[in-house]
Amino acid sequence: MTEVMVRKAEVKALEGDKAVTEAMRQINPDIVAAYPVTPQTEIVMEFSQFVAEGLVDTEFIPVESEFAAMSSCVGASCAGARAMSATCGPGLELMWENLWVASGLRCPIVMAVVNRSHAAPLNILTDQTDMMGSRDTGWVQIYAENHQEVYDNFIQAVRIAEHPDILLPIMSGHAGFVLGHTLGRVEVLPDEVVRNFVGEYKPLYSLLDIDHPKTFGAYDHWDYFFEHRRQVFEAINNALRVIPEIGQEYGKISGRYYGLVEPYRLDDADVVIMIIGSGAGACREAVDEMREKGTKAGMLKVRCFRPFPAEEVVKALKDKKAVAVMDRCACFGAEGSPLFTETCAAFFNRGLRMKLIDYFYGLGGRDTVPSEFCDIFRELSQIAETGEIKPPLVRYLAVRE
Amino acid sequence: MPIKLKEICNQEDKIASGHRACHGCPETIIVRQVLHTITAMGKPVIAACPTGCLEVCTSPYPQTAWRVPWIHNAFENASSTLAAAWSTYKHFVKLGKMEDRDIKFVIFGGDGATYDIGLQFISGVIERGQHILYVCLNNEAYMNTGIQRSGATPLGAWTTTTPVGKVLPGKTEHRKDIVGMFVANGIPYAAQAAPHAWRDLMTKVQKAVSIEGPSYIDVIAPCPRGWRFPMDQTIYMSRLAVDTCMWPLYEVENGKYRITTRPLEKKPVIEYLKAQGRFGHLLLPENKHIADELQRKVDQDWEELQRRAK
Amino acid sequence: MRLKSWKELETGVVILEPGNSVLYRTGTWRTFRPVIDMEKCTHCMFCWLYCPDGSILVKDSKVIGIDYEHCKGCGICAYECPKKVITMIEEVKARTEEAK
Repeated sequence: MTEVMVRKAEVKALEGDKAVTEAMRQINPDIVAAYPVTPQTEIVMEFSQFVAEGLVDTEFIPVESEFAAMSSCVGASCAGARAMSATCGPGLELMWENLWVASGLRCPIVMAVVNRSHAAPLNILTDQTDMMGSRDTGWVQIYAENHQEVYDNFIQAVRIAEHPDILLPIMSGHAGFVLGHTLGRVEVLPDEVVRNFVGEYKPLYSLLDIDHPKTFGAYDHWDYFFEHRRQVFEAINNALRVIPEIGQEYGKISGRYYGLVEPYRLDDADVVIMIIGSGAGACREAVDEMREKGTKAGMLKVRCFRPFPAEEVVKALKDKKAVAVMDRCACFGAEGSPLFTETCAAFFNRGLRMKLIDYFYGLGGRDTVPSEFCDIFRELSQIAETGEIKPPLVRYLAVRE
Repeated sequence: MPIKLKEICNQEDKIASGHRACHGCPETIIVRQVLHTITAMGKPVIAACPTGCLEVCTSPYPQTAWRVPWIHNAFENASSTLAAAWSTYKHFVKLGKMEDRDIKFVIFGGDGATYDIGLQFISGVIERGQHILYVCLNNEAYMNTGIQRSGATPLGAWTTTTPVGKVLPGKTEHRKDIVGMFVANGIPYAAQAAPHAWRDLMTKVQKAVSIEGPSYIDVIAPCPRGWRFPMDQTIYMSRLAVDTCMWPLYEVENGKYRITTRPLEKKPVIEYLKAQGRFGHLLLPENKHIADELQRKVDQDWEELQRRAK
Repeated sequence: MRLKSWKELETGVVILEPGNSVLYRTGTWRTFRPVIDMEKCTHCMFCWLYCPDGSILVKDSKVIGIDYEHCKGCGICAYECPKKVITMIEEVKARTEEAK
């Protein structure tokens, strides 16, 4: 059965941004509200073309800002629409206030985020500061490593967001330019397979139900606010169970199975790099190279950052001798990056002590090559050998000193 | 069809009692008039509010005063939010998922949400031609947060951010001509209205929801608390605003201006200023020039309006 | 009143019962109460029209009284009544009178 389905898939060379629009076309959402912003523009441009050609039924709302895009998605979602958007960096920043409304009103909006840095200085290239900066807004967050994952993640995102135990918005992230504007091999499933997989969206309540008028977005005082927040805490944590379930189900139609984290040559590894997104590609190469040289290197790719898969991370890494945590974001002022501090907390909370170091890397589109990962593996080997971490604990990869 | 009070008074209020608006609040008076009008037309309504007095007063969870579907998103974006609900409705009707029941989508927003923080979003909705009626409940300041100035605050008015001090005599700028902005934006229907002139207001609502496309009605909303006048004089103050031409009643249909109700006798602006504590300092001799400037601007605008309406 | 737990609340900040604000008695805010002289009332409906609180009770196009559960006592009805048949009286006095 699985093989038949996989064979039916069509192999295409797609830019990462077009892998999103291809998935969007197949999903055929009710509403797409989006605003062009580099390097996400490909998505709005191509989707507008689909609308113009009548390839989708979607009502496209060409809004005047990202804030209006998110506001429109919230309005449409409360009206019972399957609503989608796409943005990046500064656009996501502009949406900020409404990201909270989307999660607070439990709108299962699906949004592609083409990861881009935040200004100033102005920079249009990739890093994950945008999504990392909005990590606590009540949105589920998943990241893609390659073109295929961009496509696969976006389709699964619909099911994750709309799951009755979640009902929260979701960001599906991929690297701007590096994935967004480059061609990659994508197995595209047949339209009807995707449509069957995502099914029809059945909202819990609809603003358009004029025979049963409901009030959406009421004012909460101290007596109810916390309870409504508590519901969101619960809902997002449910995603830890639901995301792998949907990842398995998706595997049955595609042959590609997804979880919260993805190990690479990890089982017998001593030294490990933990990473999110497209950087995992170069890291894989480094793992192979180090293995050839006799180092037991491995990688743990974190696919889902929100909710944080603490259990899976600890399970995967607890026996390792030394781990480098790589985070491609500029989140200032903490003792390390978000991925690092949360990984530390996960171990601490389970009474475990680990040899962990932190690297900020690749900001503003700076490329990270396999040899740099190899250097990190060598350093990890030294830590594993001596049991000592030479300060500083938190480093900045390939920054001119 | 003209609205008859004797008929609509038998309709259920679409905004229920028990809301927490202040004594003598003009906003709920206006909302009642708008909703009774559309109900009398036999049309269902879906409403939205930006953050503000009305929103807070009518939706203290777990209670709501709304008997129509209603949504609040945030301060600046009621227009994009409800317009997207309208787009969804249109989409569902097109796909045959919903029956077309000619639902009217109405926003009730304060002047802060309309003239200032939400202006861009309304402008976007107008440009895209999304079919909503935007009613501005214009109390000429941010009343919900404690009477701060807005782009709708008239020259000379005291607010908590244009206080009267040794060197500053209240607000030093005139208010925006937002109807003019929307007309320039190409809106099919825009108007100014006032709650005392209920028949005028209701006729405008009928027109606004009957045209294809977005529409805007700016309704003066005299606020006893923020303007500093006795709470039983809300409607009187609305009348005085129109009689002094501080708030002329007119409409603009497809770019064509028309004065809908003229004051029987145009009263001097000073009568309006005397009636409200927010203008109290303008009665002092040293501030006479501000009162004169207000009168000059009112006369000039009234002349201009009459010229346009010819 | 026992407040609902987070598990009992509807998902999202949705209120399912339209107009349930009537449960809240804004009538307690009143210091003066409007009293209509029914014999002189012409049922012009201006009090109904200008009431911010929907507190003028109407049946078959006739004013039948005031909803004192919700009337906040702003006095707009009295101020705007063309026949001046609505009087504002002190709430305390009215209640003392009622108690007798």
